[in-house]
Amino acid sequence: MPQNRLTRLFQEKSGNLLNIYFTAGYPKLEDTVTILEELEAAGADLVEIGMPFSDPLADGPTIQASNQVALENGMSIKKLLNQLVQVRERVSLPLILMGYLNPVMQYGFERFCEEAARVGVDGLILPDLPFAEYEEEYKPVLEKYGLSLIFLITPQTSEARIRQIDALTNSFIYMVSSASTTGSQVQASDSQQAYFSKVQKLGLKNPLLIGFGISDKPSFELACQSAHGAIIGSAFIKALQKPSEVRENVRSFLQSIKG
Amino acid sequence: MEYGVNERGYYGQFGGAFIPEMLYPNVEELREKYLSIIQEPAFQEELQDLLRDYVGRPTPLYHAKRLSEKYNTKIYLKREDLNHTGAHKINNTVGQILLAKRLGKKRIIAETGAGQHGVATATVCALAGLECIVYMGKIDTERQRPNVEKMRLLGATVVPVTSGSQTLKDATNEAIRDWINHPEDTHYIIGSVVGPHPYPDMVARFQSVISEEIRKQMLEKEGRELPDYVVACVGGGSNAAGAFFHFLDEPSVRLIAVEAAGLGVDSGHSAATSILGKTGIIHGSKTLLMQTEDGQITEPYSISAGLDYPGVGPQHAHLAQTGRAQFIAITDADAMEALRELSRLEGIIPAIESSHALAALKEINAGPNDVVVLNLSGRGDKDLNTILTYFEEQDASK
Repeated sequence: MPQNRLTRLFQEKSGNLLNIYFTAGYPKLEDTVTILEELEAAGADLVEIGMPFSDPLADGPTIQASNQVALENGMSIKKLLNQLVQVRERVSLPLILMGYLNPVMQYGFERFCEEAARVGVDGLILPDLPFAEYEEEYKPVLEKYGLSLIFLITPQTSEARIRQIDALTNSFIYMVSSASTTGSQVQASDSQQAYFSKVQKLGLKNPLLIGFGISDKPSFELACQSAHGAIIGSAFIKALQKPSEVRENVRSFLQSIKG
Repeated sequence: MEYGVNERGYYGQFGGAFIPEMLYPNVEELREKYLSIIQEPAFQEELQDLLRDYVGRPTPLYHAKRLSEKYNTKIYLKREDLNHTGAHKINNTVGQILLAKRLGKKRIIAETGAGQHGVATATVCALAGLECIVYMGKIDTERQRPNVEKMRLLGATVVPVTSGSQTLKDATNEAIRDWINHPEDTHYIIGSVVGPHPYPDMVARFQSVISEEIRKQMLEKEGRELPDYVVACVGGGSNAAGAFFHFLDEPSVRLIAVEAAGLGVDSGHSAATSILGKTGIIHGSKTLLMQTEDGQITEPYSISAGLDYPGVGPQHAHLAQTGRAQFIAITDADAMEALRELSRLEGIIPAIESSHALAALKEINAGPNDVVVLNLSGRGDKDLNTILTYFEEQDASK
């Protein structure tokens, strides 16, 4: 498989990676590329672009509401891919598209992968795509277009399954901080620390990024102690809701995490 | 042709377990254990005792003579409306609560549309002494207030869901979110033959008591086990799955699944998924699904709160695609007329859901020597407000 921006990123930078999630088409339909440019300028290391879905069942209220607004704004996979056509002239960050399987299926899985790769997308997160189906049906397509599929693990995921996931993927593993939907608070609890250090000790080939419940500088730094970096979603979506201009919101939020 | 589930949870091309990793351990635990637990003799003994003495089974197979005369055929009503709590839903919740106890769960969650499944779940939680949280779309809590009050009286917490369209599909999403947030001590009692494998199979097995009894009762009453037709309404499809179960591999039995056409299949206000749906993924399984071109799930409509679900169980999708079952869509107006007809011909007020099945009688053209078994899935008490409002408005517009 050709080396994409994701694998290169993890070779070049080993820690404190900041991955920002935002919903495409939110707060305004045409904000997608503006937010990406600003995220790059403000020092994000990689970005997860959410493809809005009517029924995002692994997400908490903040992301769900942003999905609804984005759909009302008219966002769709087709529009998003059109918005991203020239993004590589302006943004060099690794880009991941995150979404639920149904809209992707309706678009056509292969057509989606082909077009996503063409506009410069490096990886996908499809949380409701099961392993067996991935291996049989989807893996060859993803490989054909050089896209990484990122899998999630949780505190309840068994060691055997974590190793299986590690073997199947080639970019990073998305480590869900606790049993939760997105937007709940991460806490420095003993059980969570035990989970983080248990996974760290497995000696996985893929780097780990911690997500769910990372909202500010202290929780980001805490997560970075146990993994290669962290993913911030709901807190960033909330920051986008501030009345100031969208570039300013992105800048000041990243400043609050990295500054 | 195979109509049951295969080992990977598929019915033909439908089914599976399309779930985020956060739900994997819960669903996997269930998948590994459900068959062995429900086949244990001690489990079966406890289940059968409860079905008999608590639920009130077997339910009668009633020969509806006046209705038969009207349609010039022989019609039997399988009286699921006579179950405790008023519908077939309790067959499944009794089974799942025993399963939850054996899995060591302390907390039960459920979703409900019309409230029948919510009441059935709250009932068995009271029986088992387990905490019960029922998610219900805010709009449904308003149009089904008596069921909300019943659930509260039974000790359940009813959570009105304000996300999305505030109806059944959103209540299901919230219940799934709750499960994600409580992965160890909680069992999710799904009320229909939907959701990730093994739910569709597990719920169908608990509901299969309906067709098991029909076969025995047919033998007693007609001297043969197989009717010519089995008719049942389908939202998610649990009562139909139960009524069809022991007839799936009997090609002489014509299976009729009746969906809600709402204001008409092409009106934009319908829940006729087998006609309007395309293959998609909802709540963890691949099935027929009402959706936009972009794959966003659309909100179905039916006068019956129990039938307005945008998908159908994966087995029903398979039965529709293979033609094993004939799918018929019935409008609100025809269902309500059938409701009044049964009330006046037989002195039985059926649920609006079941009235859709009744309205299909005029579509199937059964002959005078045919035997039709119609699954009367529930009683109409819960729908009284809707029924009265509907007929008042109809009279006013005349």
